[in-house]
Amino acid sequence: MKITPATSQRFVVTILWLLTAITILVLLFIIVYILFHGIRNVTWSFLTESPRRMGRQGGVFPMIVGTIAVTGLAVLIAAPVGVLTTIFLTEYTRESKLTSVIRFGADCLAAIPSIIFGLFGFVFFVVVLGMGFSIISGALTLAIMVLPTIIRTSEEAIRAVPAVYREVSYGLGSTRWQMVTRVVLKSALPGIGTGIVLSIGRCVSETAAVMLTAGSALRMPYSPLESSRTLSLHFYILSREGISMQNAYATASVLIITILAINIIAYLLMRRLIAKVR
Amino acid sequence: MKRDKIIHAALTIVALSAISSLALITVFVFKEGLPIILRVGVKNFFLSGDWYPSEGKFGILNMIVGSLVVTAGAIIIGAVFGLGCAIVLTQFAPRQLVVILKPAIEILAGIPSVVFGFIGVVVLVPLVRQYLGGPGLSILTASIVLGVMVLPTVTSISVDVIQAVPRSYRDGSIALGATRWQTTHMVIIKAAKSGIIAALILGMGRAIGETMAVIMVAGNALELPHSILDPVRTLTSNIALEMGYAAGDHRQALFATGVTLFVIIMILNTIALTISRRSAGKAAKK
Repeated sequence: MKITPATSQRFVVTILWLLTAITILVLLFIIVYILFHGIRNVTWSFLTESPRRMGRQGGVFPMIVGTIAVTGLAVLIAAPVGVLTTIFLTEYTRESKLTSVIRFGADCLAAIPSIIFGLFGFVFFVVVLGMGFSIISGALTLAIMVLPTIIRTSEEAIRAVPAVYREVSYGLGSTRWQMVTRVVLKSALPGIGTGIVLSIGRCVSETAAVMLTAGSALRMPYSPLESSRTLSLHFYILSREGISMQNAYATASVLIITILAINIIAYLLMRRLIAKVR
Repeated sequence: MKRDKIIHAALTIVALSAISSLALITVFVFKEGLPIILRVGVKNFFLSGDWYPSEGKFGILNMIVGSLVVTAGAIIIGAVFGLGCAIVLTQFAPRQLVVILKPAIEILAGIPSVVFGFIGVVVLVPLVRQYLGGPGLSILTASIVLGVMVLPTVTSISVDVIQAVPRSYRDGSIALGATRWQTTHMVIIKAAKSGIIAALILGMGRAIGETMAVIMVAGNALELPHSILDPVRTLTSNIALEMGYAAGDHRQALFATGVTLFVIIMILNTIALTISRRSAGKAAKK
């Protein structure tokens, strides 16, 4: 019996759909499994109390503060640097040796694994610059880590701004800087926002790099020079050292909900950008 | 006009921060790691499996092997599922479904690696232990977990390169009477081949660099593995596991492990960049 192209198509396409379905099921399984085991322990007191007995009891408030501090600082540093880099690449120069070197740098940074960022942050920020295990060491390390993400997404957004906008702005007598800040950036804002939101997501999920730079102190951080444990690292320590499965699941639930929220925000921003381009 | 020049100069300086960070990272990691490799001897460091930091023995062969096998396993899974998703998304799924499937795969990319590792430990490890034997913490488990983690990378890059294939190719093939699957594998995949290979190589880079999830599911044993059900330690997990208490030569040896990892990643990245640049050049010519 000869297999007709139509039969083989039906066979292969079924398998491909099956692979896709399995992928989506794995995603759903992870989310549902974590939330099913953990969500009922995410109470108000869990979110607002300090951990007691190494995290066996109590909540995760200092870790939430630590995560927000490390992530916020990292993005505050990386976003302006990334956006200004993109402005330079797209508006202030032509393709040259210099731009290809800058792009090469960003491409390589994007490929470096987080543990290497951790090693670098440890030797450079923690030891050489004497910042110690601290929020600021962690934030600077993560800032370098997410820089390529911000450059890439803002470049896409800025390139999508129609050339007519620029010409009209020049025609009205604005300088290049005025054109960039008042016209190009304004219209690329949702795209740049998407990049920033995605970077926030990467910072929140990062564990290896913050472990080696921000340290794992359990207490509440009161200054950027103090060590602080982020949520993902807390979750890792709770589950790995078998301290408390119940609190591990609850912490994971907080992480998953945060990541879902971040992705939804990024998605909505992206849709606005696409709507605008059309 | 003078103001414009100042802005231009300032922007140039800021724009150099990415490449200068890369330079700083390279310099500092190598400065910490390279001396110990030279002191122990290149051969003893890379070709010996004896890692006894307290006795001054720093051989990372077993971890290199560990990283390579786990990555190979991960990329097989990542390629099958990631490409499958990319083909379905670009060729077979109706538009309304793509709008749901694509963000879903992006969410998968956003889930923290510690969560993947955790799910691996509580769900996958017991299954492997019960049905296939061994300790459960193994090459196989790590490959599956990492495969799921690199899948979104493979999918999103492949989707981009497949969509970059000119529509006329597809229309032409369909007009010649080919089925959609024949068109997909004989025309579209062929045209996008180099881009897809670049996607797989970048996926490999992600797998070999992943740390926390691997620590949790790979078992971290120092012996050379004999089957895929044996536990292994990877380069990344070696660093993360011992960095907390290492000092002196031991700490330098961990940086040297980082140097090894760094070099592997840079080689993979250069290959991927060259391939994708060449295919971009080819597409431009057409």
